[in-house]
This record gives sequence, structure tokens and C-alpha cells, in this order.
Amino acid sequence: MSSNPHLVVDHVSMSFDTPRGSFNALDDVHLKIAKGEFVSLIGHSGCGKSTVLNVVAGLLRASRGGVVLNGQEVTEPGPERAVVFQNHSLFPWLTTYQNVELGVKQVFRGKKSRAEMRDWIEHNLAMVHMEHAMDKRPDEISGGMKQRVGIARALAMEPEVLLMDEPFGALDALTRAHLQDSLMEIHATLGNTVIMITHDVDEAVLLSDRIVMMTNGPAATIGEILTVDLERPRDRIALSDDPAYNSYRHSVLEFLYEKQRKVEDLGSHRKTSSKTSVSSEVA
Amino acid sequence: MKLLAESPSPTPQVVHYLGNLARAVGLPLVGVAVFLFLWSAAASRIDTSLGQFPGPVGVWEQSGNLYAEHVEQRQRADAFYERQDKRNAEKLAKNPDYIPKQRAYTGKPTFFDQIGTSLFTVMTGFLLATLIAVPLGIVIGLSQGLYAAFNPLIQLFKPVSPLAWLPLVTLVVSALYVTDDPLVPKSFLNSMFTVMLCSIWPTIVNTAVGVANVSQDYVNVSRVLRLGPLTHVFKVVLPSSIPMIFTGLRLSLSIAWMVLIAAEMLAQNPGLGKFVWDEFQNGSSDSLGRIMVAVLVIGAIGFLLDRGMLLLQRAVSWDKAVNLR
Repeated sequence: MSSNPHLVVDHVSMSFDTPRGSFNALDDVHLKIAKGEFVSLIGHSGCGKSTVLNVVAGLLRASRGGVVLNGQEVTEPGPERAVVFQNHSLFPWLTTYQNVELGVKQVFRGKKSRAEMRDWIEHNLAMVHMEHAMDKRPDEISGGMKQRVGIARALAMEPEVLLMDEPFGALDALTRAHLQDSLMEIHATLGNTVIMITHDVDEAVLLSDRIVMMTNGPAATIGEILTVDLERPRDRIALSDDPAYNSYRHSVLEFLYEKQRKVEDLGSHRKTSSKTSVSSEVA
Repeated sequence: MKLLAESPSPTPQVVHYLGNLARAVGLPLVGVAVFLFLWSAAASRIDTSLGQFPGPVGVWEQSGNLYAEHVEQRQRADAFYERQDKRNAEKLAKNPDYIPKQRAYTGKPTFFDQIGTSLFTVMTGFLLATLIAVPLGIVIGLSQGLYAAFNPLIQLFKPVSPLAWLPLVTLVVSALYVTDDPLVPKSFLNSMFTVMLCSIWPTIVNTAVGVANVSQDYVNVSRVLRLGPLTHVFKVVLPSSIPMIFTGLRLSLSIAWMVLIAAEMLAQNPGLGKFVWDEFQNGSSDSLGRIMVAVLVIGAIGFLLDRGMLLLQRAVSWDKAVNLR
């Protein structure tokens, strides 16, 4: 890691005011991320992964500590920290093209001509293999396609940091694998810094340079950080037999299901079961 | 059997199609037929001071009469203008300095004229209400403080009957609209403002609720893109609340139409309401039939106005899942 880090999550603590007093969600989360690094955040539901991401995005202000990008403190959301939302959040009244265009116009106003913008939007849609559906509205395309467009919208803003909140969580396993491959390809080409929240152990190991494992809340913090030293480009089939890959998986599973085993009563288990079952199933 | 299966006959499809057609057209027809039967059965038993209550046949005859009267009035008007033009031309021929006088025909407005007046009044009142209500609703919906400030007022004025507004509107219009050469008649303004005051509320409330409930995800996207306040309103808030705005507009328009008839009746302002009142005061043996024609026409126009709004909504809104109800 360079001596002058690209992105610093600097001792971030977060507490929310609730009717029953203040709730301490995050406690002293400290993380330095190098340019072009792919970092995943993994942990059980409710451990504050999304809160960390929202603080980096600027959508939430930390109660203590802060986020510094290229030496500047993050105070508000902005296109240099583009977010890919879990439920894609495309505007249903705009076509695929127009959804991407909204961000592009905002970022490149005065810097690119009309024609250049069009080329750039088409280029980004082509990168996620969605150029055939430019004039379709979100309700006319599948969930995986919507998530592709969401990624294209984020990438088209030329972000320094790409923030992904469980981007593939709602997709079926096949679609998810396709999109993971696409994401690896894009990351290899563009070299953005990526922070991705995931519940999926395989996804974390396959994609990340480092896996940040979070302890259970309240007052969640970073439990362990695992550096995944696998050569890129990575191939999921070849890796499935790789002892190193399997030992990484094992470490994460051990953290999640032994060290940070979530003790829940049945009621709350039911609520979260849909989310946790994804990771345990795949694991 | 095998042969039959291999050459698929269109019969099942045709039967299915006819079945759908029967449901779509047949059932409403049955409903109408039952209604007509009950109506004529009941009408023959009701004797009023103006004679027997009109049945379907009597009402049908009266609608014919109303049309005939309309045609007759138009012919008289045409004849009047023809005579006037001729007279002016003659005077002009005798005296080139003569400035021709154009007088409007002053015949009694027919049923169809009254329909036109009512439609024009309701549309102007409704448009004015929309022009105020949608922007106001957006502003109120965007700010929780403004919502808290305006909500009690809206809840207070929303249930007020047009009959309560009407005297106030009439007096205020008389006081403020003082001109020798009125562009529009006072009675039109009275009706229009009453319509506006009564029909403005559902649009304000629904727009505000729609705007306040824009999905937090969309707001977050807007924040990440750093959209300016105006772009945020026009590109995110407004499209997102279009379905709610139209729900409000449809409620407003149907209220506007109901209010207008009442206002015209009470204030003797030209329109369908005045037609009904005049017929009631007239008290001839035809009056009840003619009022019944007006009732049916008022209903039909209200229905068509609502359908028109729905078509407009379908054309404007991204949400194509609006059901036709």
C-alpha cells in the first residue's frame, strides 16, 4: 500500500437517535484503501456494512471520524463516489439510455459535446452488454439487466470509487455469476477502486483483493481483514479446485459461522433468514 | 379423432372470442335493460303535480324536442344575421360613411348552448385549479414544515360545500370585477371561481402526498448525481409523483363537474344547472322529462370527462399499469 492512501475511512463511529435513546451502530471503523483496490465488506445482516458504505458515499454523516478521499474530506454525496444500489434504483420513467444520460450530463456538462456524450453513454452500456436495450424502460428488462444498467450508470460518471451495496444479492445464481465475471473484466480494464458489500463468501473471495469482515452489531467494527492473494484474471472453475482459494473461503466461513456466529431468537431469524440463507446456501 | 386434432379448427377460438364479447357488451346491455324496465315500471306509478313521472319513452321524446328546438333557434339566429347583414349592406350602399352596427342575436340559449357553457366553465375552473394546485402541492410536499403549516388549512377547506362559497364569491366578484366592457360575464366568473375553490383540494393533497413519498432510493440517486434543486424536481420528483397527481386531478375534475351544476342552479348562472332550475320553475307537463334528459346528459358528460383524464394519464404517465376503473 502506498504511503499516501487513496481512500481512508478514518475511525468512523456512527450512532443513531432512536426513541429509546442513542443506538451505537458502528464503533471505530478504520480502513485504508489503495487506488484500484477491490475491497469487499462481509458480515451478518445488521452489522452496519451499509452504514459504512453510506458514510463513504456521503449519504450519511459519521457521528465521529470521517472519510478522506485523495486528501479531501467527504462531506456530501457526489459522482466521484458512484453508488450501485442493491435494488438498482433506476428511474422507471426513463429508458436505459436516459438513466445513464442523467448522470453523464451532470458530470460532463461543458466537458464533452453532445455527440461525445452519446458515444460515451453507448460505450458504457456496451461495456455491461446492454447496448441492445438502450430504448427499453426498466420494467421491460430483467432484474440482471437492470443491475447491469445500474452499473453502467455508475461507471459512466467515471467515478474514482465505485460503491456497490449487495449489487447481485437479488439475482439468481447464474445471472450473478455472469455479472461477477463482467465486473472482474471491467475492474481489470478501468482499475477503479471498488468497495462492495456482499453476503456471498464465494463472491467475496473471487472478486476481492481484500475482504473486510465485520463483527456483529451493535457497535460493529472490523473483526478481521483477509488479503486475497490470487493471481488475476481469476477463473471461477479453475479456482474451485485451488487449495489457496479454498483456504480463503474457509477463513471467511470460520469468521462468520464460528467467531461471529449470530445468536438470534426465532422471530428475528425469520426476518433475516432470506438474506443469510443466500450465503449459507452458496457456502 | 386424429384428423380433427391435426387440423385445428378455429371454432374454440371463435367461441372464446364470442364469450368475451358477450361479457363485455352483453352484461352492460342486460344492466341497462333491467334499469329501463324498472324505471318505466316505477314511473307509471308516480304522479306528481306536473303529471306522471316520465318513463324512458317520454324522456327519449323530450331529447328529440330539445334537439329540434336547438335547430330552430340556430335557424332563427342565422336568419337574423342574414337580415342584419342585408340591412347594413343597403345602408352602406346609400351612405358610404355609415358605420355598420352588428348586434348579437338575443334568443334564449338552448339545451345544447347550456351544455357548451357548462363544459367551458368547468374546464376553465378546473384548469385554473390545476395551475395553482400542482405547483402548490409540490412545494408543500417537498418541505415537511410547509406541509405541517398548510395541512390544517387544507383539511379545513376541503369539505366546504360549494353552496357556502357561492355567496362570498358572488359578492367578491361583484366588488372587484368592475368594468364597463366586461370581457367575460360576471356569472361565468362566479361559477368558475366556485368550481376552482371546491375542486382544488384533492389535487393539492394528492400531489403533496405523492411528492413527499418519493422513494428514498430515487432521492439518494439524485444526491449522488448532485442534481440541482430544479433538475431534482423536474427529473425525479415530478415524474415519480405523476400517478398520484393524476389520482388527484381525476377526483378534482369529478368534484368540479358536480359543483358546477349546483352553483349554476343556485346562482342562476348560465349552464346545465340553470336549465334544470328553469325547467323546474317552468312547470309544464314536459318539464320533468326535460330535467331527466339533463340528468342523463350530466351523468354522461361526467363519465366522459373522467375517461378523458384517464386517457391523458395513460398518454403522459410512465406507469402504464393504471387500471381503467
